[in-house]
Amino acid sequence: MTLALAVLVPLVSAIAAFALPRGWTARTGMAGALLTAASAASVVALVAAEGEREVALGGWEAPLGIALRADGLSAVMVAMAAAIGVAVSAHAARSLPSRGGAGWRQGQAFWPLWLSLWAALNAVFLAGDAFNVYVALELVTLPAVALVTLERDREALAAAMRYLIAALLGSMAYLLGVALLYGDTGTLDLVGIGQRVEPGVATTVAVAALTAGLLVKAALFPLHFWLPGAHSRAPAAVSAVLSGLVVTAAAYLVLRLWLYALAPALTLAAAEALGVLGAAAVVWGSLQALRAGRLKLVVAYSTVAQIGYLFVVVALVWEGAGSGQVGLVSGEATAWQGGIYHAVAHALAKASLFLAAGNVILCVGNDRLSGLGGLSARLPLTVATMVLAGHSLAGLPPSGGFTAKWLMLVAAIEHAAWWWAIILVAGGLLTVAYMLRAVMPAFGRAPATQNAAPVPRAMEVSAFALALAAILLGFRGEELVSLLEVGM
Amino acid sequence: VIPSLDAWLPVLVVAASTITGIAIAPLRDEQVRARTILNLAGALAKLALVAVIFQGFLRDHEYESRLALVPGFDFVLRVDAISLLFAVLSSVLWLVTTIYAIGYLEGSPHRSRFFAFFSFSVAATMGIALAGNLLTFFVFYEALTLATYPLVIHRGTQQALAAGRTYLAYTLAGGAVLLVGVGWTQAIAGPVEFQLGGALDAVAEGRRAELIVLFGVLIVGVGVKAALVPLHGWLPIAMVAPAPVSALLHAVAVVKAGAYGIVRIVYELYGLELAVELGVLAPLAAAAALTIVWGSVRALAQDELKRRLAFSTVSQVSYITLGVATFGPLASIGALVHLIHQGLMKITLFFCAGNIAETLGLHRISELGGIGRRMPLTMAAFTVAAFGMVGVPPVAGFVSKWYLGSGAVEAGELWVLAILGVSGVLNAAYFLPIVYAAWFRAPTADWEQRKPGARAETSLVLLVPCLATAAMALLAGLLAASPISPLELASWVTEALYAP
Repeated sequence: MTLALAVLVPLVSAIAAFALPRGWTARTGMAGALLTAASAASVVALVAAEGEREVALGGWEAPLGIALRADGLSAVMVAMAAAIGVAVSAHAARSLPSRGGAGWRQGQAFWPLWLSLWAALNAVFLAGDAFNVYVALELVTLPAVALVTLERDREALAAAMRYLIAALLGSMAYLLGVALLYGDTGTLDLVGIGQRVEPGVATTVAVAALTAGLLVKAALFPLHFWLPGAHSRAPAAVSAVLSGLVVTAAAYLVLRLWLYALAPALTLAAAEALGVLGAAAVVWGSLQALRAGRLKLVVAYSTVAQIGYLFVVVALVWEGAGSGQVGLVSGEATAWQGGIYHAVAHALAKASLFLAAGNVILCVGNDRLSGLGGLSARLPLTVATMVLAGHSLAGLPPSGGFTAKWLMLVAAIEHAAWWWAIILVAGGLLTVAYMLRAVMPAFGRAPATQNAAPVPRAMEVSAFALALAAILLGFRGEELVSLLEVGM
Repeated sequence: VIPSLDAWLPVLVVAASTITGIAIAPLRDEQVRARTILNLAGALAKLALVAVIFQGFLRDHEYESRLALVPGFDFVLRVDAISLLFAVLSSVLWLVTTIYAIGYLEGSPHRSRFFAFFSFSVAATMGIALAGNLLTFFVFYEALTLATYPLVIHRGTQQALAAGRTYLAYTLAGGAVLLVGVGWTQAIAGPVEFQLGGALDAVAEGRRAELIVLFGVLIVGVGVKAALVPLHGWLPIAMVAPAPVSALLHAVAVVKAGAYGIVRIVYELYGLELAVELGVLAPLAAAAALTIVWGSVRALAQDELKRRLAFSTVSQVSYITLGVATFGPLASIGALVHLIHQGLMKITLFFCAGNIAETLGLHRISELGGIGRRMPLTMAAFTVAAFGMVGVPPVAGFVSKWYLGSGAVEAGELWVLAILGVSGVLNAAYFLPIVYAAWFRAPTADWEQRKPGARAETSLVLLVPCLATAAMALLAGLLAASPISPLELASWVTEALYAP
């Protein structure tokens, strides 16, 4: 029941926020967000105390029913979504007014969409079979696209359209893969697939289709074309969710499928190919971030780069396993833990950066890097947020990003996988370069003619809290790692 | 078990400066008194803590703080003989530099930001001093880079920003190389900790080639900050920073952190025996020798005072590396004692350069003719430190060179002696003309005209620190045989190092 609540609470809150009168939307939404976070906390507590959990909703067994399953990895993801969800909600309550003011329609539309998106994200993390994953992914995509259109200008609509088409193509490819797998193995259950799947032509096609579909949604280079537009045009709170959670959810599925369910049907060469794409993403995304002229675009391209690491991890885990079976034992566990650590640290830092960018836009009116002068005096907390988030993103110690990089690096060196080690280190340096380029102008002199709007405290604090969380993640890893080991 | 303060003291030493920095950051620039009180309280508290630890260490107390981060990933701060040496140097010089910086930056903008990062730099340096394993060392090594960067670009000019970029490019690239080395060490040997005699002995069997390459990687990683040629390019450029920052970078923090890293890696990670066996000391000595000569030659050609001092640092810090790379107790004493002596002398020189620039606006050596008449005390301090650098007895530098030279003879490495000789001549060639010009050349300007109404030659807050450090450099040489001299400390560490 606890697992179901993590999905049902945000869903019911979304409906309530939609149905109740206008004056109640934001309050209902905020209450729903807090309740959802509480339900997420109880999932974590349950998994930590009692180990892996599984429920069949309504008593219907697979393949008819909806099976929810929570292991340590699911719990970590649900907790990550909760942390970001609360901060984003607190930010949105101020940045997207739903009552007075010109943009009240934005706030009205935001809460139902965002809460149903959260419900769908939790469903992705807790889904126990491949078809439910498909349904949950669709339920993520639709509100995500709708949220991009909240900013009603032409570019945002075009970006949303591109996002919609890409995401639907991805869904179709994924569904095709699942259907082929079902034909092959006769089950949709993720554990069942792992037991029955065998190498073969049909399996290869199925895995290729399914993976390609997820890669589009995870925006892995070169399938990232839709991301910079969609993520940089949306309102800040939306960008934070898209870059922090939605993309991570798709990458999470790739990790889960490639390292658990589909592992028997895969080869080292395939994993390495995925890793090469990841490495290319790190380099390409970083170079684009170095050229971007707007803060939000820098942050969006940074997502393209940082997501790449999660696919490098796939290769690293397989390097550890050699040509044999991926068992996620000892050696490979380091890379694996590093990957998840990176996913969480990146999500926190990235959401924080987008929220901070929203504060900048509210204050100065735009986010051109050339116009950031004087911000360090005007919005010190927001600039501190950008510095801390950038610090973790670049993997500088001490921070969650550093712990992640360290674990991945040690794994790479242990397997004498020097190319991956170089990518990890070089990616960190590139990140420092583009984050410095984005943040340093804030310390420059303010332009003479500049009218600065005040930024509500809650917007600054919510962004800062996430950045601080990303840093603090570097100090306490024991709990996260031991939670991850549940159900391995 | 009674909860003991001993396990907290190393953390407190680092925390003292961190908290000072956090407390200073939100102050307004005009809150001079609050900031000064915080600054001095922080520096004094740290000095007191280090003194307590020193006392306790002599009475066989063990100080270790440990925090498990992830399995196989411990964060360790621990006091041992070598770390104590560096901690004492840093905490003493920091107090002096803080006083100097308060005087130097009076009235300039962004003082709170400056002193906040100044304190963070201290914290990072103390962390480097007390780091009990390579990973902890790395964490603070990177933290030091990030904490000093805002100090380097403090003036905010185009030149300063460009220098900051160069500084970051060098140090972060070095940090990345070091990270690979640290990760590699972890992959080979697991979570090893620093210990006298070395920690990698146990895994050396059958991995000689790998360990040799790893040694190279680690040395390149710390060599950037230690300014080993050809990794020294950032140091002369970082000269645009304010004088207290240069003093800090050269004498206590950044460059010294690199040299200290080499000490740790050779003495406490590989251990001298293993290092000799692998044959990695000879290339290290060669690199140090090249750096010593190259730095001195480049220093000769500089007219800008701070740039000449910078190249001199490149050269002088490598004495430490040279001593480390020469096997034998006397050379080790020379290396360790120079860690302290070079700090005392170089900080004096930079204080003096800062006084001249701040009081008279002069930056070039060619403008300094007869300046001894205008600023006699400053130039007296400069002269003492410069003589020390050249190796004139009884200033501290002589003691360093004496032990390094004796160590070279002891090890049978006569070429090292030749390097010391050549370098001594070069040192004299670029330091003595300044001293000569200051005292004996015709004045290049009418100094009396420029004299402000004040009684002293410059503000006392600027004058006293440089006189104090000059006196320390002199006393460290004069009283080298006394039981509290740096030499005695270094001998004591070396005894532990070579104990069977």
